[in-house]
Amino acid sequence: MSILKRIKPAFWDHQDLISGPHKALFNFRRIWYATVLLTSAVVLLPLITMAVIDYKVTQHNIESAILLRTARLVSNTQRTISFFLDERRAALRFIEQDNTCEELKDPERLTSLLEHLKKGVGGFVDLGIIEFSGLHVNYAGPYNLQGVNYSRQQWFKEVMERGVYTSDVFLGFRRTPHLVVAIRHDLPEGPCYVLRASLDMEKFNDLLSNLEMAGRGDAFLINREGLLQTPSLYHGKVFEKVSLPVPEYAPRTRVLEWKNASGLPLIIGYRYIADTPFILMVVKQKEVLMKPWYETRIELIGFLLASITIVLIVILGGGTYLVNRIYLADQRRVMILHEVEYSNKMASIGRLAAGVAHEINNPLAIINEKAGLIKDLLSLKEGFADKEQLLDPINSILASVERCGRITRRLLGFARHMDVSIQTVNLGDIVQGVLDFLDKEAEYRSIAVSVDIPGDLPAIESDRGKLQQIFLNLINNAFAAMEDNGHLAITAKTEGRDFVSITVADDGCGIPENDLKRIFEPFFSTKIGSGGTGLGLSITYGLVQELGGKISVQSEVGKGTSFTITLPLKQEQKER
Amino acid sequence: MKVLLVDDEIEFVNTLSNRLGMRGISTDVVYDGQQALDYVAEHEPDVIVLDLEMPKVHGMDVLRQLSKTHPDIQVVILTAYGTEEREKEAEKLNAFDFLNKPVDVETLVERIRGAYRFKAEKTMAAAAFAEAGEFDTAKEIAKDAKRFKTAGEMFKDEDKK
Repeated sequence: MSILKRIKPAFWDHQDLISGPHKALFNFRRIWYATVLLTSAVVLLPLITMAVIDYKVTQHNIESAILLRTARLVSNTQRTISFFLDERRAALRFIEQDNTCEELKDPERLTSLLEHLKKGVGGFVDLGIIEFSGLHVNYAGPYNLQGVNYSRQQWFKEVMERGVYTSDVFLGFRRTPHLVVAIRHDLPEGPCYVLRASLDMEKFNDLLSNLEMAGRGDAFLINREGLLQTPSLYHGKVFEKVSLPVPEYAPRTRVLEWKNASGLPLIIGYRYIADTPFILMVVKQKEVLMKPWYETRIELIGFLLASITIVLIVILGGGTYLVNRIYLADQRRVMILHEVEYSNKMASIGRLAAGVAHEINNPLAIINEKAGLIKDLLSLKEGFADKEQLLDPINSILASVERCGRITRRLLGFARHMDVSIQTVNLGDIVQGVLDFLDKEAEYRSIAVSVDIPGDLPAIESDRGKLQQIFLNLINNAFAAMEDNGHLAITAKTEGRDFVSITVADDGCGIPENDLKRIFEPFFSTKIGSGGTGLGLSITYGLVQELGGKISVQSEVGKGTSFTITLPLKQEQKER
Repeated sequence: MKVLLVDDEIEFVNTLSNRLGMRGISTDVVYDGQQALDYVAEHEPDVIVLDLEMPKVHGMDVLRQLSKTHPDIQVVILTAYGTEEREKEAEKLNAFDFLNKPVDVETLVERIRGAYRFKAEKTMAAAAFAEAGEFDTAKEIAKDAKRFKTAGEMFKDEDKK
């Protein structure tokens, strides 16, 4: 809280007492709000909008790139697998076309064909001839499958029906996972036999396991029931049901996003491989793929936040500084305006007073001379009977004339000092001069005035007229604050070697603590409605400052107020 | 001692003249600036008591002219419109004194006598210098009251020797 108090600018609690049509122009807190909010909006909105757009575009691009890469990988892999199977089917087709039925039923010939296939094409494990009754009539390979009857098996039915067949991976009679490719050989007089080869799973699996994939990628085949056909790194063992849904059929490569059971987003690319029961699946973890983007994203957001912070600090600081400058300039303007107004007023009063004083002086001089003449005549004439009776009133007239003369001279003295003129002045004389003006009021109200200015108080270099105004204001204020029978004390003393201080203390009503810090503000008045302009003390403050002095106030409600003015003994030479 | 009173306040100036007469100072009286200048041209008084605010020719103009044509005549300003500026201006024009109305007649008498004494000493000093052959100094003294003060002091120093 105290920090907030310390950085709170001067204008924050400013309440201008002027009301009128342009009051809003001087509501500095509102100006501050408007400045800060408007500037913030103008600067931050485009910044944030651009950042959000950039964020979305970048993220979208990266996601698209990931999907595209996955799709390309799926397509390429599918081509490899299709090619692998097509190649082997073509080899079988070649054998079927190149050999007669009798040749193929020859075990030696079949063995030699298998050897040629292994060397020429590769990937073959065995080779067999099955009659259309389902009987395995000839077999070359490591398993003794001759004589096995396949007539009831599904694959045999399919190959007899369609002519070509590629099987799932299965265990079969040999109890090891393998893959079967079969073709039917048609003779003009009807189907004759089926040429069947089983393929090396190792070579087949290598096609997938050799793929290099980012993002904890996994490539494998499933069949249409979702059973894994090749080993998978993360999604189950061969023949197990894959932990992903079987994607719906599509003639082309497709890539989709999917969340697994634990909510992990996955990128799944798949392709139904034509003429086989296989579906090629490439599964990648999105989080891992997006990791570089996430790292960049943190930097982006961090940069954005830092920018916003800096912008806000600059706007807040700059706005506050500027509004405060405006406020201070305005305060100065108001002060100067009213000082000018006040000195104009004083000047007019001064001119008026001077005019009156001058006009009075002439008749006064006549009275003086006439009365003086009577007195002269009386004193010259010896033995005049009522001499004493006449001398008394004449002396009284002369004394009154002298008194009037003193008054007019004093008025002129006040009027004379409107301009700044630095001279050596005696504070005691000035205070006494001011009190002379007010002693009637003091007398009527029974206010006791005590002046304690030591005789050895050094004379100071200052402006007589301004000092008179200062004391007149302060003593007038004190009179206004006091009840009848009050007591006003004016004391003076030296402060160090270069200053004197004068204190004007009354025992009047005092000033509440809340008002105390504002009494020197222009227009601050507790006498509003009863003739106070709220200018007296602000002008006094300005005058004291002009004379290079300081003014301070101490007050206690109900006990009284004392103003202390500290003035320099010598005026510093001001540059003009 | 020839004294001239110049003031447009007839009641005032006549009474004053009367009272001064009672105190052994005979005075002539004129009522405006022009009359004052005319009088001076004819009679050449020793001391003039001069008001400032007057019809026809302003007192300050009278003083200005006298300081040129008759630097010997001592002028005491007596005005109801005394301001600091006017006092300074009068001092510049070598006025002997500046008094504000209303003034105590004894004070005025004292100043008139002072002015006359001053004029006499000045004339003597100028004469002494002229006698000593220092005509330039004598002329300056005759013109300029300030010069006279320094000259007067020199004169005194010489007396001591």
